[in-house]
Amino acid sequence: MNIKTLFKSKAEVYTTVTLAALVLVVLPLLLPIFRLNLFGKYLTFGFVGVGLVLLWGRCGILSLGQGVFFGLGGYCMAMFLKLEASDPISTKIQSTPGIPDFMDWNQITKLPWFWEPFKSFPFAMAAILVIPTLVAFGIGWAMFRRRVGGVYFAIITQAIALIISLGIDGNQGYTGGRNGITDLRTLLGMDIRSNVSQYIIYYISALLLFACILFGKYIINSRMGRVLVAIRDREDRVRFSGYDVAMCRSFVFALAALFSGIGGAMFVLQVGFMSPSLIGIVPSIEMVIFAAVGGRLSVIGAVYGVLIVNLGKTTFSEAFPELWLFLMGGTFIAVVMFFPDGLAGLTEPGGPLSKLWQKWGARLLPGLARRIAENHSSTATTTVLAEKTALNEVTNATK
Amino acid sequence: MKKPQPHSATRARVRPVAQSHDFRLGFVPMIDGAPVIVAHEMGLFRKFGVRVRLGREAGWASIRDRLIHQEIVGAHAPASMAFALRCGLGSLAVPCLTAIVLAHNGSAITLSQTLKRAGAVDPLSLAEVVRRSGASRRYRFAAVFEYATQHVNLRRWLAAGGVLGRQIKVIKEDGASDWPTFAEKAKKLLVKDKVASVFGCWTSASRKAVLPVFEKENGMLYYPTFYEGLEQSKNVIYTGQEATQQIIAGLDWIAKEKKAKTFYLIGSDYIWPRTSAKIARKHIENVLKGTVVGEEFYALGHTQFGSLINKIKLKKPDVIYAIVVGGSNVSFYKQLKAAGITSDKQTLLTISVTEDEVLGIGGENLTGFYSAMKYFQSQDNPNNAAFVKAFKEKYGEKSVIGDVTQAGYLGPWLWKATVEKAGSFDVDKIAAASSGVEFKGAPEGYVRIHDTNHHLWSKLRIGQWSTDGQAKVLYESALIEPDPFPKGYQ
Repeated sequence: MNIKTLFKSKAEVYTTVTLAALVLVVLPLLLPIFRLNLFGKYLTFGFVGVGLVLLWGRCGILSLGQGVFFGLGGYCMAMFLKLEASDPISTKIQSTPGIPDFMDWNQITKLPWFWEPFKSFPFAMAAILVIPTLVAFGIGWAMFRRRVGGVYFAIITQAIALIISLGIDGNQGYTGGRNGITDLRTLLGMDIRSNVSQYIIYYISALLLFACILFGKYIINSRMGRVLVAIRDREDRVRFSGYDVAMCRSFVFALAALFSGIGGAMFVLQVGFMSPSLIGIVPSIEMVIFAAVGGRLSVIGAVYGVLIVNLGKTTFSEAFPELWLFLMGGTFIAVVMFFPDGLAGLTEPGGPLSKLWQKWGARLLPGLARRIAENHSSTATTTVLAEKTALNEVTNATK
Repeated sequence: MKKPQPHSATRARVRPVAQSHDFRLGFVPMIDGAPVIVAHEMGLFRKFGVRVRLGREAGWASIRDRLIHQEIVGAHAPASMAFALRCGLGSLAVPCLTAIVLAHNGSAITLSQTLKRAGAVDPLSLAEVVRRSGASRRYRFAAVFEYATQHVNLRRWLAAGGVLGRQIKVIKEDGASDWPTFAEKAKKLLVKDKVASVFGCWTSASRKAVLPVFEKENGMLYYPTFYEGLEQSKNVIYTGQEATQQIIAGLDWIAKEKKAKTFYLIGSDYIWPRTSAKIARKHIENVLKGTVVGEEFYALGHTQFGSLINKIKLKKPDVIYAIVVGGSNVSFYKQLKAAGITSDKQTLLTISVTEDEVLGIGGENLTGFYSAMKYFQSQDNPNNAAFVKAFKEKYGEKSVIGDVTQAGYLGPWLWKATVEKAGSFDVDKIAAASSGVEFKGAPEGYVRIHDTNHHLWSKLRIGQWSTDGQAKVLYESALIEPDPFPKGYQ
């Protein structure tokens, strides 16, 4: 992998480095641990955002069920942590010590078979990565084979989100039901609620997120990325060119699920519980909104979107406890009306900010403006070319 | 700013001093020393053959010291000084006797012009002035003597409107029915705002989400909702009923009143209805020797009860026992009524409908059905009359008060009583001092925190709904002990 396949232009390098500096240096220096922990929680939604950029922005598949994969990853982590928290000594008040408390409340006297392997840390870690990926691949393969796409796919993913969250609700003896899996305390003996471990968890989340961002960029800028864009724009031409469209789509759906699963697992470590309220339709749609606000074409933009929307949620709700949901709703409507490409679209060449710059910046700082204009026009051309010629390249590549 | 007070001018007396022919009495030159001075000047003592010499003293402390050392045998004095002297508070203990009470009132608290100009007219505005002027400006308040009534009154006056002399500031947060948000807000309240106590949460899931936060940050939560039990935490006071308190007495009543033998249990599918149904089933089968002819749970928000209603018609239970929550309630009762299952043909007892739910369901849809709750708005007692009046003044004539609202109201009062008992805002001390704390002003009548488990002793009441959305209270149990981990019902 060389650096060129990660970053197409200098601008991309700058935006990535800025985000890295913000997340890895500025925030930890500026914020007390309580606020940093909140940012850690926001970052975990960033994983879903990065996945959605690949899936929706690049490949044109709108999934309204990403909460499912977020939840699967989260539940795998929560099951491991719950078993660690349910040692026979701290659960001795129960009728059956040594099993999770909610099982005891539901007259279950033996740990169910599918919980057993989650006693093992390596298994749980592997499950976090593998289970969401396999489930997504299975669903994707079944649907994309039959050429289910567009709005039908979105509806089906929504149905799946509903089914899974109802399934968890309805089997509270095995899943904790609506309350979810709560009261998680330690990870391999380390108290996840202490300040030190919250710093550690924050950095692990941030680094994993950057790994996902870079991998996402790699995919986008590779030939695979061009195939995805081609599928989005003219699916039939790609198919006629001999590509396995269903396989490509399943792959990117599974990849987005993998990212979401990691996000879910990190979420559990940050927040200390997992519940079906993070799986259903509402959170799944919320995750799409994060990506939309940030900009669905740009992985960096999506992460900013996640951070800004969640920061807005926290700030609005602290300042206006009675009004905040209306303010959030208003913001979403405004973004969709005025910046259809999200916040990332603001800074794109030809976007509102660059127009403003052309109008005023040119008068104030003519020299700088000229240099930026040259730089922009060249990147703009590359971007447009890259998008427009994706099909031709794909077609050529098959020859 | 006059305050009535059982003030001063009592006579403290010690044993007569043998070697002196004169009785020496002390006085402080102020108005309430007048009776002693006038009696002496007008010759009252002489008339009865008592030889008295008066000694003028600079203040109460020297009166006290002279009494202790028997240099004087009596004096006029602030009422509480006599008690303090007898008990040895702040000095040696000396037996003494209050011969006559001279005055009951007449004291005033006087604030300086500076404070008055700054806007201090009562404890609340005074606190505001003090707060505004910042930490560097300290105000001095004087009272004559530590064990003087004036001192006690001054402190009580300063404390009025607050707890332990502190003003209460309310910080409001909205969990938006989203459990991670609940956890986030709980943490913010404890870590950033450093609140003394939190009153809130509604569903079990919201409580479960915040519980680890309260335990980790050592906060105090007053949780108002009736709930499933199976929980007890140092950091939580449960002001609603746990499941056995709400279920057992209600079932006993309906079994006795309606000769009920067969029961149909219907609930929403989550921990509270399931646990409640489990306890109800055990009680019906083991204690009442009845039968449960059906038990069904529906997802939260479920609205189609057609097939359930057919099953009910088929089984014809003596009692429908309903634990349906939230929005499902509306469809459930409307569909029951549409299917002709009304109170003249069918007995229904629910533990999940309060005045708040009836507002949504419509009183006409459950007229004649019964609810088992610890509180109903229609309860007839002076506490409740005042509470309902104040509530309606604040929230409008159309507002209603349900069981949970009332339990929410108990929280701050119980907290205040506990803080005053503990003499501290410290969570560990409050958690320990909570045992046995009472609240006699409760709209439901009387509540007391259990000695060991942080739940409330409370009564159970059965209310029968009428079309106006209010319930008629038909039955009231004795005080029921809370038992969050009920033996034999698990």
